[in-house]
This record gives sequence, C-alpha cells and structure tokens, in this order.
Amino acid sequence: MKKLMTGNEALVQGAWEAGVKFASAYPGTPSTEILESMTERKEVKSEWAPNEKVAIEAAIGASIAGLRSMASMKHVGVNVAADPLFTYAYTGVTGGFVLITADEPGQHSSQNEQDNRNYAKAAKIPMLEPATSQESKDMMKEAFTISETYDTPVLVRVTTRVCHSKSIVECEDRVEADFSDYTKNVKKYITVPAVAKELRKKVEQRMIDLADYSEKSPFNFIKDNGKKIGVISSGVCYSYAREVFGEEANYLKLGFTNPLPDKMISEFCKDLDTIYVLEENDPYIEERVKMLGYIPHGNDTFPPYGELTPDVIRKSLYGSELPTISYDKDMVISRPPTLCAGCPHRGIFYDLGKRKNVMVAGDIGCYTLGFSEPYNAMDFNICMGAAFSAGHGAQIAFDLKNEDKRVVSVLGDSTFFHTGINSLIEVLYNQSKTVNVILDNRITGMTGHQENPGSGRHADLSDAPMMDIEAIVRALGAKNVRTIDPNDLTLVKETFDWALRLDEPSVIITRWPCVLKKLSQHDKEEFQDVFKDKYKVDSDLCIGCKLCIKAGCPALSYEPTTKKTIIDRNQCVGCGVCAQLCTKQEAIVKEER
Amino acid sequence: MVKSILLVGVGGQGTILASKLLTQGLMEAGHDVKMSEIHGMSQRGGSVSSQVRYGEEVHSPVIERGGADILVSFEIMEALRWLDYLKPDGKIVVNNYSIKPMPVVMGKCTYPDGILDELKSKVPTTVVDAQREAVKLGNSKVMNIILLGTIVKKMNLESIDWNKIISDNVKPAFVEINLKALEVGKNLV
Repeated sequence: MKKLMTGNEALVQGAWEAGVKFASAYPGTPSTEILESMTERKEVKSEWAPNEKVAIEAAIGASIAGLRSMASMKHVGVNVAADPLFTYAYTGVTGGFVLITADEPGQHSSQNEQDNRNYAKAAKIPMLEPATSQESKDMMKEAFTISETYDTPVLVRVTTRVCHSKSIVECEDRVEADFSDYTKNVKKYITVPAVAKELRKKVEQRMIDLADYSEKSPFNFIKDNGKKIGVISSGVCYSYAREVFGEEANYLKLGFTNPLPDKMISEFCKDLDTIYVLEENDPYIEERVKMLGYIPHGNDTFPPYGELTPDVIRKSLYGSELPTISYDKDMVISRPPTLCAGCPHRGIFYDLGKRKNVMVAGDIGCYTLGFSEPYNAMDFNICMGAAFSAGHGAQIAFDLKNEDKRVVSVLGDSTFFHTGINSLIEVLYNQSKTVNVILDNRITGMTGHQENPGSGRHADLSDAPMMDIEAIVRALGAKNVRTIDPNDLTLVKETFDWALRLDEPSVIITRWPCVLKKLSQHDKEEFQDVFKDKYKVDSDLCIGCKLCIKAGCPALSYEPTTKKTIIDRNQCVGCGVCAQLCTKQEAIVKEER
Repeated sequence: MVKSILLVGVGGQGTILASKLLTQGLMEAGHDVKMSEIHGMSQRGGSVSSQVRYGEEVHSPVIERGGADILVSFEIMEALRWLDYLKPDGKIVVNNYSIKPMPVVMGKCTYPDGILDELKSKVPTTVVDAQREAVKLGNSKVMNIILLGTIVKKMNLESIDWNKIISDNVKPAFVEINLKALEVGKNLV
C-alpha cells in the first residue's frame, strides 16, 4: 500500500516491518518525530529516555538480551551517546541494533553542523544514508539484517530534508522477528582489556567483510547515461544533483557508505573526464575518491557548510541561479523566532535583562531566546546541561580575578533531567555561589512537547511517576531552594535579590506550564483556569510610554498613529506580565470573564 | 513537467496542515509528489515555509530560488520575503493579513506600507481576505483551508476529490466547516 510519509515516519515503518520491539530516544530536531511516530505502533515498546546516552544504553541492553532495538537522536545527541556506541561496536549484538542520527546541514534548529558520518568511520560500524522516504524505509529494514548478519550496531544517517520531507512509500507488512536467544557470553560482552583486545581484531575483520557487502549492496548503484561527467552523491544531495544535472551526467548513488565501495567507485570514475562529489558538509566521500587516485571536484567547487540545494549547486557550478524577481528588499523586516505570548520564561528574562554585573549562562531550549531583544539576558549557551557547570566555571574565573560579577545559570526541566542534574551536582559538590534556575514549564517545549520524567506521563501518554525537581535538588544537598511563579514579577525580583545576596549556591525553580502544552489532568488541577484570561488596554489611560512593550510579548504592539499600545486578543492568554509593567497608569486591565 | 507550490507564513498559521492536505490530494490523483518543511525553533513565531512539488517524477523535495510556479503567502510581508523563490512568470496569492515581527512590536521600525503594490508591480498578484472570510465562517483557524482553496483553483486541481481528502484527514467535528472553507477559497480567486 502506498502512503505519503516523512522520512521520519518511513524510518519507523521500516523498523516496524523489520520487527523491531524496543525503541528509545531523546527529542531533538529533526529526529523527534521518529519516536513520536513509533508510539503509535503498539507492537513496539517506545520510550523517551532522559538523555541520548541513556536512550542508546537502554536499546543496547534490549539488543544484548535478544530484541531488535533502536535509538534515535539528533546529531549532537550522538556526542552524548558516543561512549556506549564505541564499545558496543566491539561487542556486537544479539538482537539487531540500529542507531539513527539526524544531522542538520543548514542548522535550521541546531547549535552546530557536525557531520556524523565521521562517527561511523571512527566507531568502525556500517552506515546507511537514505535519500528519500522510500529509501528510509528500505534501508532501515536492511539495517537490522546487516546488524545481525555482521554482528554489529548499524548507523542510519539522515538529514533534515530527509526527516521532514514527505514522499511516497510502498508499505509492507510487519514480519515478527524471532526473539534471539540470550546466552551468557563473557568473551563477547565483558569488555575488560583481555577480551576487548580480541574484540578489537574482530572489528577489523568485520570491516573487511562489510567492504565486500558494500560492493554488492543494492543501495550502491550506477546510473549510466553515457556521459563523460560523473556525479558521486549520497543522501538527499542525490535528489538535488538529479535536479541540476538531469540526464547530462552519469551518477554513482551511494546509500551504504561505511565502508565505501572502492571497486565500484574506481569502476565509475575510470572513464570520466569530470567527477563531482556532491555531499553536504564534510568531504567524507571526496577524500576516499581522492585516496583511490581520482581528482574530483568537491569542496573546491561547493561550499563545505549549509545545504547543497539545487540553487546552491547551480551557483557553485555556473556562477548563477535560475532567474529571480528583483524587488525592494528594504521593505522586508526580519522575523526572528520569539517567546510566545504567555510564555512562562518571559518574566525571568525581563528581570535578568535589567540586572547589572550579572553573567547569564544559558542552555538549549526555547529559553535560549532570552538572549534576544528586548531581554538581552543571556551571555552564552553551549550544549544540553552546560548552563550550571559552565556557569560554575565562569564564577570561579570571576572570583579568582576579583571581579564583582555574579553568574546566573538557566536551563529547562527536560534539560535538567537530561544532563543538567549532573551539572547541578558539580555546583553543589564544589559549592560555587552561582544562582541556578530551572525553568520548569512542565514539558519538553522547543521540540514540540514531548513528555519527560517530570511531566507525569510516558511517551505514549500513559501515567508515569512524576519526579519532583525540588525534592531531587534538596536530596542533592541544596540548602537554598525556592519554587516560584515566574509570572509574578515582584516575586521574581525578590527571589533573584535573595539568591544574589547569598555567598553559596542557590536553586530557583519556576513552575508554570508552557502555553502551547496540551494540559494533563494534573496540570488542570495544579494550574486552575490557566490561560483563560484576557487583558486589554484602556486607551484613555494609556500614555504610550511603551514600558509594557519591554516584556517582548508578541500579543502587544505599539501603534505609532494613535501613540497607544494595543493587545491582540487572539494571542493574549492572560499571563499578566504586561499589566505588572504598567505601574503608573494601570492602563492594562484584566477583562471580566 | 514538475510544478512547485510554495506556501509561506508565520509559525502557527497552519501552513503545515494545508500543505499536508495538498500533498495527499496530489498523491491520490496519481502524481509523484514531495513536500518539505522545517520544524523546530523557527516555529516560535518565525518565518516558515512548506514546499510542495508534483509531477511525473520529482527529485528535489525543496524548491530552489526562482523555481516556484505559485507563491501562496499567509501573511503580507512573508510574500515579499520569499519572492525570489518565485519564477519570474509565476503568480502570487497573498492573504491580506499582517503579523507584526518583533522589531515592529518593539516600535523600532514600522510595518512598511505598500508591500501589496510592490508585489503587484512585479507579478500577477491576487489579494484575498482569508482571515475575514474564516471569521465569517465562524472559526478563524480555517483560514489555512481557505488559502488551500485558492491553490486548488489557481493550479487547476479541482478534479481531485478534496471532500474525501478533507474527510479522511480532519477530525469529524471540523470536516463540514473545512469543506465550506475550501469552497470559499476557490471562489475568492
């Protein structure tokens, strides 16, 4: 049966058809929908893990004990999960094990653009790179077979345009994989040096065997148009190449890309006058082609960063794109993402932005937008969970330099459970005087509202134990802990004043739901009538001072013609932050319900 | 012959549902079809696009600059932002609705006048009041389906069984209003 599927849905379809039984993941664009979609497949146990390392470890355990299992994550998540991955590459599997890495050429929603094909090479594991949704399904299915045949974890590398593009997929039935028998085998699974040294040799032999597979893989193929120009490509770049070169080039399409098929590459290249390697980011294929003695055009012609969409390829090759319409670009004003109307992070960043002599250590989430106008309330952000630990290091630096600067570190609830908890242990163990803020909006927000250990629900929305962040923080030994309503600006100010007066670590937990969250029954009881109010501006009282605008709420705007503020009633959800800023005039008032 | 439809707007306006229905309809009509969109941070009130391509055999899921046959913008300024993705002989449908970007909200600059005139001076441009029509129907959220209706008409896709597509993909309680919205959209252009 034919279905329109995103690459992410097709990966799930392929794994499901292959009889996968366990899937674990931590959300991250563009990988998030893989596990979300898997929760609809009732034959598969699907779980959110607190972070990527834990996700891959859970899947490894299931694989050792005999299940076909998988983990999925965004590219930077694999950095977190790299430790178990590299050693599981030595032991090999019992039930098939597949890791999906979703890379982000173009950095649409990521802090870097790393090319995770390098992980396959470094970990010495086989890799598949689908170009379309159909290939996503087919390759995912084959990945489990490869995993069990060659006794190895398999990496499936997709990119944003594969994950989030829809195309037609021919779907088949699920074939239940038999449970692989588990037998205790310390020569395989106990990685003490004496065993691991033997496993190390096995890994090399496996790569030799896989090189043979690569030459025969149906996912590596030549499309010969009888031309002297040849294009070597993998992933979505192949689709872009077909768009630009059409029938005017021969193609070597590579889908199984570690190890690469050396003989096939040589066979393809030997009679060509010009060779192009089209791949996003690192010259992964290009370097191999060069090693084989050919001189292709790759990074000398195409940019090593961003996406290689057809317009980029055209510009690189011919110096120009397709004809476009010229117009007055000055009329276009930038439209950066903003904190939503009613976002519970607003009050915190409004307050922090006004403070002098404070460095704000940030993290990964919607709240990273605290760096932007009008708050300007963040100094740096590095990776998941780094706010508390990096903030701790920064405070040491200021203290050693005798600078009177205080560090406020900010991260979200899901980020706290991810690795922020480890960073808080660092702070509490080494006792720096940083202020550590956990913005608990009761959900994993930016990736589109996934459950986490604090939200009280599992991935499939069944009830879960709700971990109490304040209790955890106190159990770790924090003495100065306060939980506050972030929409109460007076309370926010008082709480920061209190924390900054202390000469030891403090933890501030804000607790208010994300405005976009589908509220759970628990939320409805805890936050009664939340988001049901509306505020309006009494235009007789408004003097156009624009103080309220400094909240940066997209529901508010200043009307230059009338010199008054207006509130978009469709957007307002009644958080009341703007009304608290209108202290002199009290022109912003809550509507009667 | 591959055709490319570019839907643009502001995160939260419903471009994704409109393009989902559109691609489903095109597939059921026998076309090869690809659709691409970006999720994640830009959805928080940022500029968003959904790109739909269909024909006998579609390769790239993304529309390149200068490659769209029609640009359908859910918001006035977004039409101009994406104008260089349109073919010089392409056409525009623009919703007569503006959403202020943060620099305008902050009073740092004003939302420019004359964007519609700028568009009209470049390519055939149809301005529709999808927001107002949606409110008339009783639910401002069906604006996206009204705009889908304009695409159906402009791209000659009326032979596709849209009633079935909408009935199959929309919650039962909303099927009727969405079907009405599609008709309204078709009649606006």
